[in-house]
Amino acid sequence: MSVLEFIIEVAGTYVATIAFGVLINIPRRALNVGGWIGVLGYVLYRFTVLWGGGYVIGNLLGAVAIGVASLQAAKLKKMPMILFNIPAIVPLVPGGQAYQMIKNFALGNNSTALVFLLQVVMISGAIAFGFLLSELVNRIQRRFWRHRKRL
Amino acid sequence: MSSQKKRDQLILHTALTAGRIMIENGSEIERVEDTMTRIAHNAGAQTSQLFVMITGILMAINGEVGAQIEPVKRRTFDLEKIAVVNDLSRQYAAHKIDLRQFADQLDHLDSASRYFPFWLQLVAAAMVSGPLEVVFRHNLPDFWITCLVGMLGWWVYYVLNKFIQIRFLSEFTAAAAIGVMAVVFVHLGLGNSVDDIIIGSVMPLVPGVPITNSVRDILAGNLVSGPARGVEALVSAAAIGFGIAMVLQFL
Repeated sequence: MSVLEFIIEVAGTYVATIAFGVLINIPRRALNVGGWIGVLGYVLYRFTVLWGGGYVIGNLLGAVAIGVASLQAAKLKKMPMILFNIPAIVPLVPGGQAYQMIKNFALGNNSTALVFLLQVVMISGAIAFGFLLSELVNRIQRRFWRHRKRL
Repeated sequence: MSSQKKRDQLILHTALTAGRIMIENGSEIERVEDTMTRIAHNAGAQTSQLFVMITGILMAINGEVGAQIEPVKRRTFDLEKIAVVNDLSRQYAAHKIDLRQFADQLDHLDSASRYFPFWLQLVAAAMVSGPLEVVFRHNLPDFWITCLVGMLGWWVYYVLNKFIQIRFLSEFTAAAAIGVMAVVFVHLGLGNSVDDIIIGSVMPLVPGVPITNSVRDILAGNLVSGPARGVEALVSAAAIGFGIAMVLQFL
């Protein structure tokens, strides 16, 4: 991956995250932060894959980073956390694999389709488990800041 | 009616309206419970009992006989309303507004919808489709055509949603339209890869809100509402998938 490709990917992720935020009507002052959280999650995923970590671990780490960063943003901006993590997971969604799965099922290549189905399930599971782990971090943190205001 | 009873009615009305607005627009259940409990507590109710589900809310305060029910009929994605309810609740906790103002503002919020203008939504749909196509597939030449197809796909989705108001059907039709447009444009020589164009263009339709909320609800222990949202996300994904598959069959 060249530097130019990396810059294009980061810019694309940032723009796409913000644009998805517009589609689900996120308040304007939350959009920018949401975009950067999306970039953070995607970059972590991308580098894990590049360094041979595998796409499951990559998605897991990305989801954990998004979960933890969203909570910090929610604390900072005093807004609900879902405003930040919903658009941010969009770049991690296994769109390519899901499409290949559908296509191969439609064309009757069932064995190929099952391979992609397995990938989709594993990636979705990794993202869900990543959120679970980030929730763990968040709850520990909340315990320390119990007297603070709610998020 | 005694003034105490009137006050209790107002508290119930405010909390229930706040909760209904939040669920209708895609909040997770735990936040709704939290907000409603806080409203009741800040308004001076000694105790409050809550039962929040994705299709309805039940609430009683001060251990009285009459609990009140608020059904949740609509389901849309408008996260701004959740943020506004959150803000109002904070203002109320800080005694910047009183309960009557709080209730009025909630009723007002309920009737008004402040979506981004339609043209901006179209631009946003284009800006989800094109960049994600490049990020996922590294296919720069197809960037513009993916933007166009994604935009038209969102237009179909939006218009159908206005008229038939069944989200799954609009998603299905929009996905089928995206598939047809991708095939036609590639046939006309405007794009290179049908696969890449479709992958990018369906991204605005991805059910991001139900997926995230489903995971969060299940983790918080809402074992009825969490899986219900999961089914919502699954049906959406299946509708999009069938739309695409139908087009690919007729290739």
